[in-house]
Amino acid sequence: MTGGRWDGPARDELARAWAEALQGTSFVALGRRELRQLTRRLADTVAAAADDPAVDVAGAGEQIGQALVDAHFTDSDALDRTVALLSQRVVGTADDPRLPALPGAVAAGYTRSLLGVVLAEQEQIRLAALHARDRARAALQASEARFRAVFTDAAVGIGIGDVAGNILDANPALVNMLGYPLEQFRQRTVAEFLHPDDAASMWDDYRDLVEGRRDSLRSEKRFFRADGATIWTQLTVSLIRGPGGEPRFQAAIIEDVTDRHRLTERLAYEATHDPLTDLANRSLFLSRLARALADPTPGARVGLCLLDLDSFKVINDSLGHTVGDRLLTAVADRLTAAVTGSGTGGLVARLGGDEFVVLTRHTDPEELDELARAVLASVAVPVTIDGYQLAVTASIGAVDAPAGDSTPADLIRAADITLQQAKAEGSGRVVFHDPDRNATQLTLYTLAATLPGALDRGEFTVLYQPLVRLADGGLQGVEALLRWQHPRFGTLGPDRFIALAEQTGAILPLGRWILAEACRTAAAYRDALPGLLLSVNIAVRQLQHPGLVEDVTRALSDSGLSPDRLQLEVTEHAVMTADPAGPPAVLRKLAELGVRIAIDDFGTGYSNLAYLRRLPVHELKLAGVFLDNLRDPRQADPADLHLVSTLIRLAHGLDLTVTAEAVETAAQARCLREFGADTAQGWHFGRPTTLDRIAAARWPAAEPEAS
Amino acid sequence: MRHGAQIPTKYRARVERPEWAPLGIDLDRPSAARVYDFYLGGFHNFAADREMGRQAIQMWPELPEIMRSNRGFLRRAVEFLVHAGVRQFLDLGSGIPTVGNVHEVAQRFAPDTRVMYVDNDPVAVEHSLAILAGDDRTSVVQADMRDPDTVLGNPAVRSHLDLSRPIAVLMVAVLHFVPDEDDPAGLVARFRDEMPAGSYLALSHATTGERADRAAEHRGLYQRTATPMTMRSREQIERLFDGWELVEPGLVYLPQWRPEPGTPAMDRPERMPGLAGVGRKP
Repeated sequence: MTGGRWDGPARDELARAWAEALQGTSFVALGRRELRQLTRRLADTVAAAADDPAVDVAGAGEQIGQALVDAHFTDSDALDRTVALLSQRVVGTADDPRLPALPGAVAAGYTRSLLGVVLAEQEQIRLAALHARDRARAALQASEARFRAVFTDAAVGIGIGDVAGNILDANPALVNMLGYPLEQFRQRTVAEFLHPDDAASMWDDYRDLVEGRRDSLRSEKRFFRADGATIWTQLTVSLIRGPGGEPRFQAAIIEDVTDRHRLTERLAYEATHDPLTDLANRSLFLSRLARALADPTPGARVGLCLLDLDSFKVINDSLGHTVGDRLLTAVADRLTAAVTGSGTGGLVARLGGDEFVVLTRHTDPEELDELARAVLASVAVPVTIDGYQLAVTASIGAVDAPAGDSTPADLIRAADITLQQAKAEGSGRVVFHDPDRNATQLTLYTLAATLPGALDRGEFTVLYQPLVRLADGGLQGVEALLRWQHPRFGTLGPDRFIALAEQTGAILPLGRWILAEACRTAAAYRDALPGLLLSVNIAVRQLQHPGLVEDVTRALSDSGLSPDRLQLEVTEHAVMTADPAGPPAVLRKLAELGVRIAIDDFGTGYSNLAYLRRLPVHELKLAGVFLDNLRDPRQADPADLHLVSTLIRLAHGLDLTVTAEAVETAAQARCLREFGADTAQGWHFGRPTTLDRIAAARWPAAEPEAS
Repeated sequence: MRHGAQIPTKYRARVERPEWAPLGIDLDRPSAARVYDFYLGGFHNFAADREMGRQAIQMWPELPEIMRSNRGFLRRAVEFLVHAGVRQFLDLGSGIPTVGNVHEVAQRFAPDTRVMYVDNDPVAVEHSLAILAGDDRTSVVQADMRDPDTVLGNPAVRSHLDLSRPIAVLMVAVLHFVPDEDDPAGLVARFRDEMPAGSYLALSHATTGERADRAAEHRGLYQRTATPMTMRSREQIERLFDGWELVEPGLVYLPQWRPEPGTPAMDRPERMPGLAGVGRKP
């Protein structure tokens, strides 16, 4: 077969068909060109074997099979298609008896090669796995060694336990910290490290941790050392899970914070205690008071005894601060002893200076009173300091209130006011807080504060109460009465503020104003109410004031009111207590002006008619107390009736007219008329009102000579 | 200190396994690298790997073809990159370097090309070490690409590659093993930021495509491996190229990316549910 069947074009065709057949049979990374190069080489081998009888077909087949495997055609499809291709295109087209052996030889070579590759690659990957495993183990050992070093050399205590709480290991720091040898640790369980002061929540968290519901917990925890001492620690416990996430171990890291804790406690103590007496300070007292008041228990009560040493300043100033300080310390000790002895569990605090307080809970008012007295008694026992025997007394303002009703500020203010009352009443007293008294004081305080400006603000008005003749019911005159339209308390009568105005001196401008105002008004009604008598009250301070006569003179001249139409009411008390050179002289000057003088509230003071006789007085106004006895004359004590009728007769005997005040019933009016009283006033005859209304009312005409 | 305060997850994880402790070697559990080798006709695999590979092929007969497509893309991409002048490759998730791997393809055209293989499978790495023994232009390191800092900061990587000269980063058929919570876009960006201008990213990624039903089953199968699978949409995969300029023909199905001249156009390329692209860092 010279020239050969397998010339160039035939080989090309075989290589092309072969590449076509192999395409897609395996996952080689060959590009199309490389694949064609491969099949070209294979075609050359086939051609060489087919064309040259000297070539060993078995060897060529073996070579082709191996080349396929080497090119990673490891899928059996590649062999299948190659065998089919060779059978069809090479074996089937020639009668060379050697060629039918070619596909079998390819298959044999392919198989042998593939087996070699499989074994080699399996060997490779198995070795890789073994090496990887060794490496992992080595890394694990290294990591274990690192951990062991951390565990052994750590300054913090580390303990490892299982989830049942058995302790498996403890590092040297933990052994030192708690003082148990390692063997003992290993015989113990976590639960045995319970401390009575552990937070319950910590053990709840611990249970959650070992049961896998949380991964860590942190807590401040106390431990008993082997020697019985208690240490404070910062504890962190972490859960170690197995590969499936199941709880396996617990690791505890324990840091001894005892020193830090003691320092913190010391600082907290200093922040809440008085350095001199070691008692609770104001800040601790306030927080305890707030807590006591917030007690939601039904019926919970809070008691305060606010205590202040009487005359401490004198001791401090005369004997020096050192003695003063030692006295305070002694008092503090006694307070503490007294309160401890009372069994009330009260807190004693020093608020500052010589002011102390006892705070109690769950004490009723009697127990609080008992405590307050015991405290006073303990303070009152003389104390010897530097050779001085000091007898000090204290005053206590005590307050008892239900929790939840008041604020700390309310309670302290109440105690403070009460303490001031106790001091005002004299030394060495306990005064219990009285809410009504307190309220009155508060009102008085407000009134006193607002009184000075009230006149300028036009808050005062004058009302007039009729003075009625008992003989014929005619209008004799009117009494001018002040009203204060207070912006906060509403309309206030004179009883609410005159005493206050007297104390503060505000009465002077106020008195001057009502005098002028009433005179001006009465003068204006001269025609509507002819012959009307205007009666105006004069206070003690006014009577003592040198400008009174001038004020009256000016009021009369400014208004044009006739002096005999003006009556000034002064109290018996004012006249009697005044300096002899004072008011009687003033009264005389006033009388000389032609003004009438009436003694107001007669019967409440000395009722000294003999003294009055020497004064220029024109009228007596019988105090309301007499009228109370005449409320029902049929049942009245005959002696009372006699007293009133006698008074009226005596007054008439001294040439004084008599006006009865506070007449509220017709029976009283009838009785007074029978006794011969001249005029009367009171609700029975008319309440204070405006002159306009009085003028509009119908009054019986005046009878001649009836005054 | 508050009772019951939770330690942040970051630290909790370390309580379970310190970061320096290696993963266990469990040959009874299939490994993605070895299953891939099985798909490619290799024998670097164990019974568990082959069992899983067979199940997957039963469920999805095109799978070997898809793998071949992916392998073809890798080969063409490496050729393209070498011809574009890149001489350094960082192959992330390289698996077992069976025939036709990156260094073989690249060094056939440019023998001075340096290749750095990175995989987190200790067996694959060990095997690579054996294969590459004696080749000082090619190196392998065990690291987790999901933690770019451990890859980029690895002394072996920094000594083998010159980070001041362009590098081709290969993320071929690997990002679908990174779940959303590990922020695949973020880690691609992290690698991008470390690379000098003129570097490239070659990426292929499984996409749900038209066979969402089978994709779900396939994904389910991978849940049993140490490397569960997350398929992504074209939009999601495009976003991975943020900051890279896609070279022609852009993001396309695997066989459509620069096919070899003379290759017949593939019928319905979307049957290959993987998208591939190459981007250049400007």
